[in-house]
Amino acid sequence: MEQLKSIGRELAMGSQGGSSKEFLDLVKSIGEARSKSEEDRIILRELETLRRRLSDPDIPRRKMKEYLLRLAYAEMLGHDASFGYIHAVKMAHDDNIMLKRTGYLTVALFLDEGHDLIILIVNTIQKDLRSDNYLVVCAALVAVCKLINEETIPAVLPQVVELLNHPKEAVRKKAVMALHRFHQKSPGSVSHLVSNFRKRLCDNDPGVMGATLCPLFDLISEDASSYKDLVVSLVGILKQVAEKRLPTTYDYHHMPAPFIQIKLLKILALLGSGDKQASNHMYAVLTEIFRKCESSSNIGNAILYECVCCVSSIYPNSKVLDAAIEATSKFLKSESHNLKYMGIDALGRLIRINPDIAEEHQLAVIDCLEDPDDTLKRKTFELLYKMTKSTNVEVIVDRMIDYMINITDSHYKTEIASRCVELAEQFAPSNQWFIQIMNKVFEHAGDLVNPRVAHNLMRLIAEGFGEDDEGADTQLRSSAVASYLRILGEPKLPSLFLQVICWVLGEYGTADGRHSASYIIGKLCDVAEAHSSDDTVKAYAVSAIMKIFAFELAAGRKVEMLPECQTLIDEVLASHSTDLQQRAYEFQALLALSPQAIENVMPPDASCEDIEIDTSLPFLNNYINQAIENGARPYISESERLGTVNTITPASASHYQQDPAHSLRFEAYELPKPRAPTPSIQPSSTPLPTISSDLVPVSEATYTTREEQHNPKVQTLADQISAEIGVRLKLEGVQKKWGQQTYSSPSAPSTSSSSTQKATNGMVTSDTIRQSSLDSRKQQVPEVSAEKQRLAASLFGKKAAEKKAQGGTRRPVKESQPAVATSAPEPPKEEKVVVPVAPPPDLLDLGEPSETATPTIDPFKQLEGLLGPGASSDVVSAPSPSVSAVKTPDLMSMFTDPPPVVDSKSSEKGVVSSTIAKKGPNVKEALQKDAAARQVGVTPSGNNPNLFKDLLG
Amino acid sequence: MINFVLLISRQGKVRLTKWYSPYAQKERSKVIRELSGLILTRAPKLCNFVEWRGFKVVYRRYASLYFCMCINADDNELEVLEIIHHFVEILDRYFGSVCELDLIFNFHKAYYILDEILLAGELQESSKKNVARLIAAQDSLVEAAKEESNSISNIIAQAAK
Repeated sequence: MEQLKSIGRELAMGSQGGSSKEFLDLVKSIGEARSKSEEDRIILRELETLRRRLSDPDIPRRKMKEYLLRLAYAEMLGHDASFGYIHAVKMAHDDNIMLKRTGYLTVALFLDEGHDLIILIVNTIQKDLRSDNYLVVCAALVAVCKLINEETIPAVLPQVVELLNHPKEAVRKKAVMALHRFHQKSPGSVSHLVSNFRKRLCDNDPGVMGATLCPLFDLISEDASSYKDLVVSLVGILKQVAEKRLPTTYDYHHMPAPFIQIKLLKILALLGSGDKQASNHMYAVLTEIFRKCESSSNIGNAILYECVCCVSSIYPNSKVLDAAIEATSKFLKSESHNLKYMGIDALGRLIRINPDIAEEHQLAVIDCLEDPDDTLKRKTFELLYKMTKSTNVEVIVDRMIDYMINITDSHYKTEIASRCVELAEQFAPSNQWFIQIMNKVFEHAGDLVNPRVAHNLMRLIAEGFGEDDEGADTQLRSSAVASYLRILGEPKLPSLFLQVICWVLGEYGTADGRHSASYIIGKLCDVAEAHSSDDTVKAYAVSAIMKIFAFELAAGRKVEMLPECQTLIDEVLASHSTDLQQRAYEFQALLALSPQAIENVMPPDASCEDIEIDTSLPFLNNYINQAIENGARPYISESERLGTVNTITPASASHYQQDPAHSLRFEAYELPKPRAPTPSIQPSSTPLPTISSDLVPVSEATYTTREEQHNPKVQTLADQISAEIGVRLKLEGVQKKWGQQTYSSPSAPSTSSSSTQKATNGMVTSDTIRQSSLDSRKQQVPEVSAEKQRLAASLFGKKAAEKKAQGGTRRPVKESQPAVATSAPEPPKEEKVVVPVAPPPDLLDLGEPSETATPTIDPFKQLEGLLGPGASSDVVSAPSPSVSAVKTPDLMSMFTDPPPVVDSKSSEKGVVSSTIAKKGPNVKEALQKDAAARQVGVTPSGNNPNLFKDLLG
Repeated sequence: MINFVLLISRQGKVRLTKWYSPYAQKERSKVIRELSGLILTRAPKLCNFVEWRGFKVVYRRYASLYFCMCINADDNELEVLEIIHHFVEILDRYFGSVCELDLIFNFHKAYYILDEILLAGELQESSKKNVARLIAAQDSLVEAAKEESNSISNIIAQAAK
């Protein structure tokens, strides 16, 4: 029955689709093909047929249409149909709209922006953009989006801009999208059109408005500061959309225009980043959306996720942050892998504002880390990477390396390896550990690691860790040498790693006197022998051997030439690689020198010494003078030499120089005029690029002659003549060789630095928010495997454990304790007591948004109060027991170490009062957390508050 | 931004490809091979996203057909998942409970519809009605053109007699 139905369908399509039986047969035989090779055979045969048919000079147009579709089909299946491209280009030029559409469709499928045939289609597109039939214009605009490249943008830009005012909304929308594409390809080309985009934002048609958000997003992500005035109107639009003011045709699964909402949220995130004033406008609408969005549908969750992204990007506000945290925890607790994935991503964004948020979700995170789904696992590694600090770096990097060893995807392996390296460089608790980690990374992903990393490692071993302690450096080096000697036993090592090993062994192999010179030399010879095809490794090995010989001889010791070493040197002396040969000859020469000379040539441990290079090579002066006296020509520097080239062929050289982009020109040739233009005066006639937002684009005047009537000022003499006489060459699409220079793109001012600055501003304030949230800690200790708990403890720090310990020491305090006082340094004896600061905005409270929605104290007031200069430095000074080697007061640890506590002088009363306010909510909270944990599927095991503490010792 | 759209059958056969970022022909085949190996082997109930070469590929399975869209690392995956569904709903409305065969035999029509939904790698129209209206307008125009050419050829044919 099913078969019958499908046959029926085929028949019906055969008759209505206009495709011939041949095409149906082709598709069918492809469908029946059993293997890829069979499919390939069929397609190749088909292509052969088509090639033969297309060579026929007159093919009926209807037939041609079908051939092109068949070509597109073959191309889709991965075969080359380039012989037919030109026919597609021709068909796009046809007057019949049916054929024209087919032509455009196939051209867009066949050609990429870089293809040579693009230039042939430009003329067709120009014509069609002017068509009376809006469907033709639409077809042309779709092609514009795909085909127009940087060089051809000027040819169609004025027409596309004109179409922004087309009566049909479909045309306006596509014109906006085309401009969006132009901006991607050459940002300068549309930067003067900003005012048009702003106008389109108020378009009557929601589709056009929605499309306008695309170019606006791009423009704002480049430079948010000049679009701040849009905040209010964008918020207004978002509010209206969320209130279902748009036509119901834009509803999707009962959500009002969700795709437009998402785009708006993305733009607001950019505009509000680090900007308190702009962000203030957004809080209300964000709260509204958080409230309205139903998390039962996928699209609702998509909006919620975008809201979380927006909240994490704009200036923090505790109320919307609470809502964002709530949404995130819903994601994390969901059964759906998709939502978990989004939750992990959202968490990664939120912890930038408040690192403590992660703590509540530690078990969910660990579940994701151990999930069989690779995508989820990788996302979780990304999160861990973001929350690494010196206390958990060992666990995280170990996990990453374990994972790295087992994957084959080289792209991701490279990424995770470089992340391991970065984390190790940043947070290494000890030198030994660092070298161990580097060894592992090199061992398992050596070929994928950036060579820079290898050089960094070598430099690190050579320079030590910057401390004056010479002993520690020596110890580091011996441990490195010892580990490398051990690793050399492994069968297969990446080339880069071997280079590091050879270098270190050569430099420090014998430095501590633990290994004899001949032992090290023997090892190095083994390396060179085992990797005889790798010249770089061999070169490193030979140089290392040379160094060891030099050090020994300089110290007055005799070194015997091992037979394998002699064989190696003999072999290298005859090597095809001149580099290797040279090293070997240098080695031979070195052996013949006296110990004093050797010490000068190869001083021990001198790899960090600066070598002075005098680039003027003064010692050659005599030789040069002599040569010049003998009639040699003086040296001409490179720049001067290029200058002479220019004088030889002035025309071509200057042409290229003035027009480095070597762009094509699409306007007509100028008519000959009395004052013959020469290339040398081109720049002077170039209109200056202007960037102001709402000007008539001056430089556009040169695209087409049509436009010039609006811009008499920049008309050249020749154009005036041509206008008067009415003679115009129709040469659009032909490169202009002489005359006025065409449109030069004004360089968009880069202001990215300002936005990053603002981002850091946001960060500073974020830690104060955290302080106010510290009080709320869950009491629940879910029953999970001991291993997971240990992992959680090591990843998320000891805070949970400490919190339990403090339970007894808390005492009541008045609620109105001023926030400023709490940021003062704590007395040493109370170091382990964490006393929460000002009460409400409870960031981790999940259950009842209504409760959190009414903070008794304005959170912003508090933030400002807490921002005293002393606050942050005091936080750093609070010692954490498990930190083994915090070398630098890094930002992350600053955020996560125990928080500031009450000034010793500011009375015990003060300490106590803020906690009593906590006592009540905490019990309730514990119950909530408990319930939440049950939801996730973890059964809490009564009270075991000291669990994490035990694990941490 | 969406870099490309792929429709692959469960057997790994390509049903539709649309590239919004430049990929050379050789590169395209490689991408398809790589992704079908990656996506078709994934168990159900896992994430509908795959990280791939620094991009993310969002896929969704409908009967035996996988709809895949490759997006940038900072795009919203859930949204793209719904864009796929939006596309499928429009196809469904156009073809009347769409099936794989519709797409195979009318792949050019599927392309036209896709062109009305996505442009320059972005969602250009989120109203199903607007898309349907535009497609209908194009179809009627094509019909008219066809009839016209038919009648002209009829006239010519008659005149030739």
